Amino acid sequence: MEDRNVILSVKDLYVKFRVRGRELTAIRGISLDLYEHESVAIVGESGSGKSVFTKTFAGMLERNGYLAGGSIEFEGKDLTKIRRAKEWSQIRGSKIATVFQDPMTSLNPILTIGKQITSVILRHQNCSEGEARVRALAMMKKVGIPHAEARFDDYPFQYSGGMRQRIVIAIALSCQPKILICDEPTTALDVTIQAQILKLIKDLQKEFGYSIVFITHDLGVVANIADRVAVLYAGQIVELGTTEELFYDPRHPYTWALLSSLPQLAQRNAKLYSIAGTPPSLYSEITGDAFAPRNPYALKIDTLKEPPMFQITPTHFARTWLLDPRAPRVEKPEGIQNIHEKMMNSLHVSGGQVREN
Amino acid sequence: MKTEKKTSVLPERGPVDEKGREILLSLKNVDIRFGKGNSSAKVVKNVSFDIYRGETFSLVGESGSGKTTIGRAIIRVNPCSAGEIQYKGVRISGKINQALERQVIRNIQMVFQDPSASLNERATVDYIVSEGLHNFHLYKDEADRVRKVEHIIEEVGLLPEHLTRYPHEFSGGQRQRIGLARAMVMEPELVIADEPISALDVSIRAQVLNLMKKFQQERGLTYLFIAHDLSIVRFISDRIGVIYKGNIVEIAEAEELFDFPMHPYTRSLISAVPIPDPVLERDKVLLTYDPAIHDYTADQPRLEDIGGGHFVFGNEQELAQYRTLRAKGELPQWRSAESADAENEEIPAKRTGRPGRRGWRMLRRALLALAGILGVCVGLFLIFLLLAVI
Ligand SMILES: Nc1ncnc2c1ncn2[C@@H]1O[C@H](COP(=O)(O)OP(=O)(O)OP(=O)(O)O)[C@@H](O)[C@H]1O
Ligand SMILES: Nc1ncnc2c1ncn2[C@@H]1O[C@H](COP(=O)(O)OP(=O)(O)OP(=O)(O)O)[C@@H](O)[C@H]1O
Ligand SMILES: [Mg+2]
Ligand SMILES: [Mg+2]
Repeated sequence: MEDRNVILSVKDLYVKFRVRGRELTAIRGISLDLYEHESVAIVGESGSGKSVFTKTFAGMLERNGYLAGGSIEFEGKDLTKIRRAKEWSQIRGSKIATVFQDPMTSLNPILTIGKQITSVILRHQNCSEGEARVRALAMMKKVGIPHAEARFDDYPFQYSGGMRQRIVIAIALSCQPKILICDEPTTALDVTIQAQILKLIKDLQKEFGYSIVFITHDLGVVANIADRVAVLYAGQIVELGTTEELFYDPRHPYTWALLSSLPQLAQRNAKLYSIAGTPPSLYSEITGDAFAPRNPYALKIDTLKEPPMFQITPTHFARTWLLDPRAPRVEKPEGIQNIHEKMMNSLHVSGGQVREN
Repeated sequence: MKTEKKTSVLPERGPVDEKGREILLSLKNVDIRFGKGNSSAKVVKNVSFDIYRGETFSLVGESGSGKTTIGRAIIRVNPCSAGEIQYKGVRISGKINQALERQVIRNIQMVFQDPSASLNERATVDYIVSEGLHNFHLYKDEADRVRKVEHIIEEVGLLPEHLTRYPHEFSGGQRQRIGLARAMVMEPELVIADEPISALDVSIRAQVLNLMKKFQQERGLTYLFIAHDLSIVRFISDRIGVIYKGNIVEIAEAEELFDFPMHPYTRSLISAVPIPDPVLERDKVLLTYDPAIHDYTADQPRLEDIGGGHFVFGNEQELAQYRTLRAKGELPQWRSAESADAENEEIPAKRTGRPGRRGWRMLRRALLALAGILGVCVGLFLIFLLLAVI
């Protein structure tokens, strides 16, 4: 990791939204370096700010949102200083491309699929219309559209949800971006295609060398695609580490809770583990550790003072007072200890019986 | 309640099968076509299955296989081009009278796959969630309506303060829960949940699933669950139907399906589930289904029970094989079009897709550890030796 260059450097970023006279703070001081060729997964509860965070450097922040502090360095430029839409149009879609969770936010319902792909290729690459069509078809085949020729002139509504998403991925990859932001791109896909798409994104990464920021709720997908993982809670990174560190040596109680919710670790017909309560309202100032009210391991100081980021290894960080030398020693919950062994067992166990091999 | 007249077009209970289970919903040889004449495409082919009252029946299958189309046919959005759909033994597909239609709309709710496409962007959450209550006068007075709406919105993990907001102000996961609240507030009998949790993070997902389970236990609710997350499907379903290109290829109880997946498509589907463990996921072997392995030119395939309510799609010869193997507790040999495929030779025939291969890999790992300095090559060599012995 050390010998790689930082391609994007986010420092102490704050994002706020104006909602009918009130203000909401969606991102509260995020710092993250993205390295060349790496793949960082972003996980965290709904509303924790995953999408908003990536929108800040994709140039896609909604009108009512604004950057209230911090910097984002990309190719020698501070993206937070960009004011003109024209400047963004040179970055968005070509250098930093996004694949969203909902394909219809990226597709135009009244243009044919083929037109939409070719127009992007024509805009960002120097080639003839005929050549663009050939490339578009090749891209459609690459993302697994059967009978690409026959479906070239179809409209988005004629495609199933999963096929629409494959088209969005084709469009994003066709401009060969430096950074590919994937905002739950495989959520609408069946596992077979998901496995193929993940492989495709990784294979093309080797070919084109882009960095991936991958937002997902699926820890299986994280295990598949990520070199590193950032866990978000209420607009902050609460834990950051390599994928192995996050799964096998998690330190933040919120990460513990996420892992505990895995259905693979649950007993059939028992309740699934879920975190009590709801995330804090982002409209008011948060004092102390934002996760404290829901944290069974909360300390007294959590309600008073925001924890700093503690370093565990050169690559592993967590924002919890439990890592302070003065804190009592707390083990992660039993359910997620030896998670690797448990995972192997759960895949053998069925109906309460261990299957013979 | 300002309830509407109880028009008794639907019976209280549906028909009962030979095992005494009440059949709530029944699809009988349903075909669904899109388009007209030459350009028409049959996307759902001769689909038949029953859903029992109080169970969770899941439909899984690849994108475009027809899952949503089936769901939409049940709520009468898509017409069937052949066959029929029965609810409590009464036909609800095709032309039906208005009273019956109203009961269908009231009793069968669908939570849609695409949260942003299905929520009215100009309406407040309060209006969206109340709309069905209005249409069917399912509340005594304004206070009762507010109570119902606030109650359901809290149950799905949102706050009453969210009621005055508009859908675009919410994150994807929050929007999905608005859709769930809108369906649940109607107190339906059957809920078709089309990917209801795929936009949710693990912890909220657990809350929603526990909530759905609670609704089921309290109200005897029945679910048709459409999903692609097989790890969740395994956990929540009583029975699972696997659909491939508009054909149901396998139906079985959840554990049965994961232990003895007979149809090769089911096996490939199970093998593709990402494992939330970086080491296991990295070593995973993907099985790729190739429909060309079936020769259906002379002998037509059909969906048949191979024993104990385990249905598999196959021709005479395949079905006979599935029956014998299942009786012995074995799995079919993995087949691919090019049978000389080296990757497939690694997969022993007698084991279930996942556990077998995983056990195999554990063994390999143990061997690797033993081999130690001899390294990977020797380990692999030993495997092949072992394979030869077996
Ligand atoms: N345009 C907006 N106006 C007002 N609030 C917004 C806007 N966009 C996002 N928010 C709020 O900012 C917070 C972060 O939203 P974001 O979309 O980043 O969540 P997320 O982590 O991506 O969630 P999900 O997993 O559900 O997609 C949420 O509380 C959301 O309601
Ligand atoms: N209104 C329509 N007109 C024409 N074709 C359609 C229409 N709706 C669906 N289809 C086609 O029917 C097939 C089945 O689509 P459906 O949406 O049911 O798939 P699905 O199994 O729900 O897939 P996904 O998992 O991607 O949601 C697809 O090939 C789709 O393109
Ligand atoms: Mg999001
Ligand atoms: Mg669908």
